[in-house]
Amino acid sequence: MSVLVYLESWEGKFKKNTWEAATYAAKTASMLGTEAIGLCIGKLDEDASEAGNYGLSKVLHLEGDAFNQFDANVYGAAIAEVAAAQSANTVIVSATFNGKALAPALSIQADAALLSNVVALPENASPFSVKRGVFSGKGFNVLTSDAAKRIVLFVPNSIAPEATGGNASVEGTSAGQGSISPVAVKEVDRVKGKIPLPEAERVISGGRGLKGPENWGMIEELAEVLDAGTACSKPVSDMDWRPHSEHVGQTGIAIKPNLYVAVGISGAIQHLAGVSASKTIVVINKDPEAPFFKAADYGVVGDAFEVVPKLTEEIKKFKAAN
Amino acid sequence: MKVLVCISHVPDTTSKINFTADNSAFDKNGVQYVINPYDEFGLTRAVWLKEKQGASITVLNVGNKETEPTLRKALAIGADTAIRVEAEPTDAFFVAQQIAAVAKEGGYDLIIAGRESIDYNGGQVPGMVAALLGWPFVNACAGMEANGDTYDFVREIDGGKEKLSASTPFVVAGQKGLVEEKDLRIPNMRGIMQARTKPLEVKAPVEAVNKTQTGAFSKPAPKSAVKMVDAENMAELVRMLHEEAKVI
Repeated sequence: MSVLVYLESWEGKFKKNTWEAATYAAKTASMLGTEAIGLCIGKLDEDASEAGNYGLSKVLHLEGDAFNQFDANVYGAAIAEVAAAQSANTVIVSATFNGKALAPALSIQADAALLSNVVALPENASPFSVKRGVFSGKGFNVLTSDAAKRIVLFVPNSIAPEATGGNASVEGTSAGQGSISPVAVKEVDRVKGKIPLPEAERVISGGRGLKGPENWGMIEELAEVLDAGTACSKPVSDMDWRPHSEHVGQTGIAIKPNLYVAVGISGAIQHLAGVSASKTIVVINKDPEAPFFKAADYGVVGDAFEVVPKLTEEIKKFKAAN
Repeated sequence: MKVLVCISHVPDTTSKINFTADNSAFDKNGVQYVINPYDEFGLTRAVWLKEKQGASITVLNVGNKETEPTLRKALAIGADTAIRVEAEPTDAFFVAQQIAAVAKEGGYDLIIAGRESIDYNGGQVPGMVAALLGWPFVNACAGMEANGDTYDFVREIDGGKEKLSASTPFVVAGQKGLVEEKDLRIPNMRGIMQARTKPLEVKAPVEAVNKTQTGAFSKPAPKSAVKMVDAENMAELVRMLHEEAKVI
């Protein structure tokens, strides 16, 4: 029995929340009284032994032509095969877009229960239970499984990565040499140098109050000084002021950053559904009656065009002084 | 071409969410139900396939009798037939097996579902159906164009998009982008009248097990009162974010 964790990489590089997944697996393994093993798939330009620093005892590396492009079924089946070879009865996957795509296939191939939208470390080892988000941020539910095997798909930013100073050996593995996917990837278009929203620790978001796409410069400046991702409300994405991939809310992306700054967003219930899990919410709005203030930790009533540049200046000063 | 569109019956997006007194279940009192918004994008995309390529559309729900008005609405929007599998959808694995069984029996060319339902947010069923059938799977699909039997897709990925192509049969888990919000169809009177006489078949579920059990529900802890900061004093906001919230 062991815990296996999928260590996701893109274009040979690990992602920020790869180490969150490693920590999640290490802590789950310690709760279950076993060891945590990492699994990397595809070409790597980075040293996977770094996973030892986050509590994994060893890392397996699976390479092959079938894994040069992502495919939900191919990756899911390969992870299931490695899990079986390692006698892993628990597999941890971070709920990135790829993680969410492969986890259902993995659960079918491994004949395992799938516990998804999990927002914290497992609550109980026997019966195995987790806390998951339901009703788009408006509730939580304890989900239990008595199945012999289970997959835990946890929401990025649920726990902090914890460096423990350990070491992990890296071994190649031949398990799961999958078949070539019938889905052809023709083009991958990833915005360079930007933090993907689901894993951003800080997010600056703009709404209709910004009056037009030409005014996003100040949002991007604030995001830059805070090392934050940028997001927007649904009307802004519907009007094509910003790309749909930035839309946070009930029908967009649900996020869970440490800091969410909402500028010119009134706070419709559907928007709150996607951001209410944020640790700290700052609302900047010129309307003191905006419903978002009720869901905020800090509120500023004022004109965004004056407040945001001032806030950016103050953060620059703060960073210079610290 | 036969298209199967999976329809979840979910509380309206503006619903206030409450749980029963013992927190063992969702309190359905006074809640309006709608077609799951992610499924609605898929349904409209299927109607386009029907109009442009001559597809026939079957909408499918796994649920009890109270979901029938939602299926009728889907018929009014443009689906040709409806199937309801008579079972309480308490577990994704159970539901996926029901859908896979209907798909095998009906000889569909493609299945469109929403990438998640807005009630339980599991996001599991479409990928499970694809794996059970051994069909290609495109998750978080934000674009789909037919090219004969080959389809081109746009899939949302972290920090960007991916362009894919695959041949039928396949399973798509859709979202906005399959069609835009402004393209969503609202049932008109003629559609509503026609929907009343369109076939709605009720099927018994195939034998399947649940792999998970739902326990206690809870609501997020109430937020403490908002601290208002003077718009002229952003230094104070930065101090609070650093010292109190510890986020910068």
